[in-house]
Amino acid sequence: MKQKRKNQSKAGTLPIYLILIFTSLFSLFPFYWMFVMATQPSAAYNSIPPTLLPGGKLVENFQKVLDTIPFFQAMWNTILLCTVVTAAVLVISSLAGFAFAKFTFPGKNFLFILILLTMVIPPQLGLIPQYYLISQLGWLDTLMGAGVLFLLNPLGIFLMRQYISESVPDELIEAAKLDGCSNFRIYWSIVLPIIKPAFATLGIIVFTLVWGEFLWQFTVLRDPSSYTLQVALASLNNAFRVDFGMLLSGVFWATVPLIVIFLIFNKWFISSITEGSVK
Amino acid sequence: MEDVQKQTKARSKTKASKMSEKTKDMISGYLYVAPFFIVFGIIGLYPAAFSIVLAFQEWNGLGEMEFVGLSNFTVVLQDPLFWKSLYNTIIIGLMGTAPQLIVGIVLAYFLNLAVIRFTNFFRVTIFMPYITSMVAVALVFGVFFSSNETALANYVIGLFGADPVSWKTSEWGAKIAIALMVFWRWVGYNTIIYLAGLQSISKDLYEAATIDGANKVEQFIYITIPLLKPFILLTVFMSTVGALQLFAEPTVFLGSSAFSRDEAMTVVMYLYRDAFNLGSFGTASATAVLLLIIIIGAAAINTWLTSGLGSKKKRGV
Repeated sequence: MKQKRKNQSKAGTLPIYLILIFTSLFSLFPFYWMFVMATQPSAAYNSIPPTLLPGGKLVENFQKVLDTIPFFQAMWNTILLCTVVTAAVLVISSLAGFAFAKFTFPGKNFLFILILLTMVIPPQLGLIPQYYLISQLGWLDTLMGAGVLFLLNPLGIFLMRQYISESVPDELIEAAKLDGCSNFRIYWSIVLPIIKPAFATLGIIVFTLVWGEFLWQFTVLRDPSSYTLQVALASLNNAFRVDFGMLLSGVFWATVPLIVIFLIFNKWFISSITEGSVK
Repeated sequence: MEDVQKQTKARSKTKASKMSEKTKDMISGYLYVAPFFIVFGIIGLYPAAFSIVLAFQEWNGLGEMEFVGLSNFTVVLQDPLFWKSLYNTIIIGLMGTAPQLIVGIVLAYFLNLAVIRFTNFFRVTIFMPYITSMVAVALVFGVFFSSNETALANYVIGLFGADPVSWKTSEWGAKIAIALMVFWRWVGYNTIIYLAGLQSISKDLYEAATIDGANKVEQFIYITIPLLKPFILLTVFMSTVGALQLFAEPTVFLGSSAFSRDEAMTVVMYLYRDAFNLGSFGTASATAVLLLIIIIGAAAINTWLTSGLGSKKKRGV
């Protein structure tokens, strides 16, 4: 009986594999094609049948990018912005998530509903006053001005509360309290180690969010020296005649570091998720 | 005096520490949520409130504000371009997000099957589009869907016998291209959320159901979907809100013609154009307020529709 079921399920997996492989190809093709275009002269774009293999213009195209936008400055600005904001959001969200998951205090439910409501408020609602506020502070064209908006992350609290209330047992906290642990000590030595997987998840979410956000950075950063990658890349597309090879070279080199970070981070991400599910 | 206090403390130690434990928890609670709410007040609540005030003023950001009542709203609501941008936003949003919720659940379900191998590989590749930025996606798709007759997209549809499309200047071409990039970038993200949800469901439940004679489909309907519901609600909610805020993809996709054409102008682009290209902060704020109302309405309707899932059974979302 058991053997039979096993065979059945094995035979049934082929279509599933085909669907998964198709989805993977669908996901990966734009990356590959972007690389191909980054190595081809702009003219290769017009060929029929289409060019699907890399050419020899990798360096030349990138040189054109460097001549057009302050690429490395923008890269540095972006990395700095993302790192600082991510660290800050992780601290803010995990503290608040811990409070919402494990403490009782008057007004808790009201405050939590307020956080959920902030998720509905579109960031664009405040765009003009935020722009005005930042300009009054003299933070236009600065990373400070670009970053401060991202500290507001209701999703982070939602995720942290969910994760902490599910994965940190009340008994553990009770036991620590009996041993005389302060609440902050509990947060630091009990909650934080348990919620590492949630940190990875939220960290990736915030990092990529800030890395990729466009509207606010586009609004606040007008001076090329303050450009983040997104604003710099978008400016490549504004020329009258766009050089596709150069354009996708810029996109490619702006994406590579992110892929590397993701692949490194991702291993840790997946292993800690499996660790969590074994417990 | 101190001695007396110490004595009293010592005597009622058990009781006092229990009481103060509660107070301590309360203080910790407030203290730990404080950073968020301070940030929220300064860059969330205050600008939002300011925006609502601004919606009733005429202001270019420099001079004096002038109260103009509802006239900003009348101007916006009588502008055909506003309605066009709302229509565009809804069409692109539906085409871009609705399919990915279904595809996401199916993919997550497959990836969670014990018999499937290489799940790590599939998970990584399917999630990868999300790590690219909207700008990068819009630029790559912008070349793929370029207005040239030789665009790769035209080659692909040519294989199926279709005529070349001018993707950036045609009514449906632009919408389809933008919806596709939204789908491509977000489907893996939703899959990962659903996968996390599936993994949070205890295997014991499925074992118990199998012993009780429930088949796979019944298990999916009576265990998976109800327990996944919080995650589905979250993604429906986020997709709805996100779709109505579409800005980067069309703006970057269309490049220099973004604010001068209307095929893919979204509500946020309309707002941005009003504020920063035309210098009319009042009407832009009125648009922002309208957008808020639209988003709350749409999110409420979609969440309500989704919450019927599983409990009252059968409801395609």
